[in-house]
Amino acid sequence: MRQDRPYSNIPGTYVLDPQHSMQGYELNMFCMSLNKPQNRDKFRLDEAAYLDDFPLTKEQRKAVLSRDWLGLLQLGGNIYYTFKLAIFDRRNMQYVGGAMSGVSEQEFTDMMIAGGRPVEGNLYTSEEK
Amino acid sequence: MANLFAGVGTSHVPGIGAAVDHDKTQLPYWKPLFDGYGPAREWMEREKPDVVIIVYNDHASAFSLELIPTFAMGVAAEFQPADEGYGPRQVPVVEGHPELAWHICESLIMDEFDMTIANKMPVDHGLTVPLSIMCGQPEAWPCKVIPLAVNVIQYPQPRGSRCFALGKAIRAAVDSFDEDLKVAVWGTGGMSHQLQGERAGFVNEPFDTAFLNDLTADKERLINIGHTEYMREAGSEGAELVMWLIMLGALDKDAKEVYRHYHVPASNTAAGLIILENS
Repeated sequence: MRQDRPYSNIPGTYVLDPQHSMQGYELNMFCMSLNKPQNRDKFRLDEAAYLDDFPLTKEQRKAVLSRDWLGLLQLGGNIYYTFKLAIFDRRNMQYVGGAMSGVSEQEFTDMMIAGGRPVEGNLYTSEEK
Repeated sequence: MANLFAGVGTSHVPGIGAAVDHDKTQLPYWKPLFDGYGPAREWMEREKPDVVIIVYNDHASAFSLELIPTFAMGVAAEFQPADEGYGPRQVPVVEGHPELAWHICESLIMDEFDMTIANKMPVDHGLTVPLSIMCGQPEAWPCKVIPLAVNVIQYPQPRGSRCFALGKAIRAAVDSFDEDLKVAVWGTGGMSHQLQGERAGFVNEPFDTAFLNDLTADKERLINIGHTEYMREAGSEGAELVMWLIMLGALDKDAKEVYRHYHVPASNTAAGLIILENS
């Protein structure tokens, strides 16, 4: 499968393309399982035991347990799925956005109120500081 | 005959629904956004469509990576609000219009658009937030709804040109439905936003403004925006805007803009709304 794609040079972006989808299927389906209240209860009771039912890689398992929000994406996760884990934690999108980009929830919220992350410097990896 | 008279484009950010549900619309953070929704709600009350076809995407609620239909139309008599992890939104059940929905599906498939047909499909914020934006908090939604779920999460999403062509085919289907119904199409999602990665929070106001302008000024340009351009210029989740092109395809060539509103931020998103009417 083709690895180098026209969108590969967009900075800080993990596209759910075929490669990513194959890598993250089980991880994303674990996240999906948290849509059901009875599963949320089971996960709350014993996170590690709950994860035993999903064939995750060691790295994926660790990223779930340690809430490594950026790592989850790098290991095949997609934000609409990983955000279900954030909902479980009662975290909002500003918290997760901050965690993935290395700032606090408040700093991230302030950036959005000021108009969001700017276009300049953020279109191509080659223009990253 | 059924008359498709107007289109609406609107964002469907979950936070907007939460602001309505938890009575936060008048807080300083949300007020400017909701003030701009006022005229759209007045339009909705004045025009009273019988049926709205809502083009939206499912966010791992009814569907998941287990099954990824590119275009799925709901033909059921009702659609329950989905549990997205918080418990279902406390909003009215969405009533469908099975006869028109089946007619559209039949017409589309004969027209070579191979639709997935859904008899059971819980609907998430992608569909219910636009209803909250346009209708507020009624006891029951004031119109029947035909959900049209589009895959915009798993790459590759359908191309803009295909979405526009689907809109045209939906128009032909509605035009041939033998009942006097006032029908609108809403394209939802967008505008520029990126929820994920180190680039989370990316917003591109010039892109969004040009997109709103070109819904009437230069459709050809919009139809030809490709996947990479959406992701780069409108953020990885900005590709949702292809759903607005289904709405656009269903309208007359010379449909007129009657209202627009744009505000940053709604949660991590640039929120836009536009109303287009056939003459």
